[in-house]
Amino acid sequence: MFDSLIDLLPEFWKAAFETLYIVGLTLFFGGLGGLIVGLGLYLTRAGSLLANRGVFGVLNVLVNTIRPIPFIIFLAAVQPLTRAVVGTGIGNNAMIFTIALAAMFAMARIVEQNLLTVTPGVIEAARSVGAGPVRIIFTVLLPEALGPLILGFTFIFVALVDMSAVAGYVGGGGLGAFALLYGWRQFDPVVTWAAVLLIIVFVQLVQFLGNWLARKALRR
Amino acid sequence: MSAPTPLVELRNVSKVYPATVKGAPDVTAIDDVSLSIDAGDVYGIIGYSGAGKSTLVRLVNVLERSTAGEIFIDGRDVARLPERELRPVRLGIGMIFQQFNLLNSRTVARNVAYPLEVAGRDKAERATRVAEMLDFVGLADKAGAYPDQLSGGQKQRVGIARALATSPAILLADEATSALDPETTHEVLDLLGRVNKEFGVTIIVITHEMDVIQTLATKVAVMDQGRVIERGDVFDVFSNPQQAASARFVSTVVKGVPSAPELAVLRARHRGRIVTLGFRDDSVDQSQVFGDLSRDGVAFQVVYGGINEIQGRPFGHLTLALTGEDATIDAALDRVRAFTTVTEVR
Repeated sequence: MFDSLIDLLPEFWKAAFETLYIVGLTLFFGGLGGLIVGLGLYLTRAGSLLANRGVFGVLNVLVNTIRPIPFIIFLAAVQPLTRAVVGTGIGNNAMIFTIALAAMFAMARIVEQNLLTVTPGVIEAARSVGAGPVRIIFTVLLPEALGPLILGFTFIFVALVDMSAVAGYVGGGGLGAFALLYGWRQFDPVVTWAAVLLIIVFVQLVQFLGNWLARKALRR
Repeated sequence: MSAPTPLVELRNVSKVYPATVKGAPDVTAIDDVSLSIDAGDVYGIIGYSGAGKSTLVRLVNVLERSTAGEIFIDGRDVARLPERELRPVRLGIGMIFQQFNLLNSRTVARNVAYPLEVAGRDKAERATRVAEMLDFVGLADKAGAYPDQLSGGQKQRVGIARALATSPAILLADEATSALDPETTHEVLDLLGRVNKEFGVTIIVITHEMDVIQTLATKVAVMDQGRVIERGDVFDVFSNPQQAASARFVSTVVKGVPSAPELAVLRARHRGRIVTLGFRDDSVDQSQVFGDLSRDGVAFQVVYGGINEIQGRPFGHLTLALTGEDATIDAALDRVRAFTTVTEVR
């Protein structure tokens, strides 16, 4: 019963690598974008360091509009944009752009919420010694929220694995595509479950790593 | 000879928050306050919560912008300075907080170093200054510890070390001991006293605690609903408050004249006439008062009150229940009036 899986091993490892590739790059770009948009939300909200009702309103509406769109529909909806930016609407690189875009807005909310856990008094203390906004971002906000931010990134990693599996539908690779193509369509549950198990292993490892890093950051 | 310029001077300062809801009135947090604080003072600002104390102190280092008036720091109006130009001003004004507000991601030493980093001091200078400050607050052995490993009192001492790292001339203390137990409060107050005496730092203390004013402050301003309703030497304000609101405030921390419900309880429990005597150091002679009363055949019982000491000078109120002939009591009270204030409460 494992014969077909053994035959497919080269494809299996290739798919595993593609998943890591897609997820790694989307985590980087989506995470960075999310950090920037999240900081933007946090800094421009009423009473914050760079309070600006207009900017906050635009960012807030943008995040609220994009976040609830189911990913597979989002994928189709932004395809013209993807084509304009990446040059193609299908394949791994198009997937990476689309996933990173979706992840950015999901991550922005998480970043904003984590930054809100930083006590306003600590920011006030930094202001009271003459620190400006940029210094406060890098010496107060990000270090003070680092623990929860790491957990936020860990959380989004799982969402990225989920989104990357949908990549199969638009010609992207990865374990999701592998499970669909060789497992589900071939009525071979062993192949499907092999992909599932490897995804679970990835998620467990990353969750473990994230918890460990967050614990180090929080020193508890 | 002109009088020396005050170190901190507020002239007709107001802070109005625009209404958050359309149609609602604006909120006046600070209402036309003028204050002048001389170098070397420990200036207490006392009042109930919501009186505007915290807002007022934040106007001094411009964490909050005043909406009217002028704020002079060492002769320079800072109220309208752009944010960028405020940074050097703020380096000259330390601040400590009720919740300490230490950076949890940094060790004690790096917390104290923070203002020095902002001031652009080099690494060697920072290390020397941090060691000095930690020594001063008695936490040299905690340099590598994180704030969450410290007790409240230790955290506030780190806060003080941080606030003083850049050798500011002014220290703002916003309810600095309100989160501490009484014993730790005294440790921190002693330390603040040393900051004032050894470094000559002018301290502005925001508090609702009598203890703080009693042990630390030389001058006090009483705030109520955004206004300074009374100011002066601590002893004068506490022993003889002029405004009804400040008397009410003082009475919550210093037992003075019994309030109406307290009086009802006293009435129910004691026969005779109830009289409150005021004592101030220049006139106090309790033994003479009591001697006179008993010599005249008036039986008395202390039923309420207390004697406090501020800056080594005692003052207070004692409420007595007097029994005896009305005429005898009147005669005795007349004599006692020579050296104390007598208020008969009926």
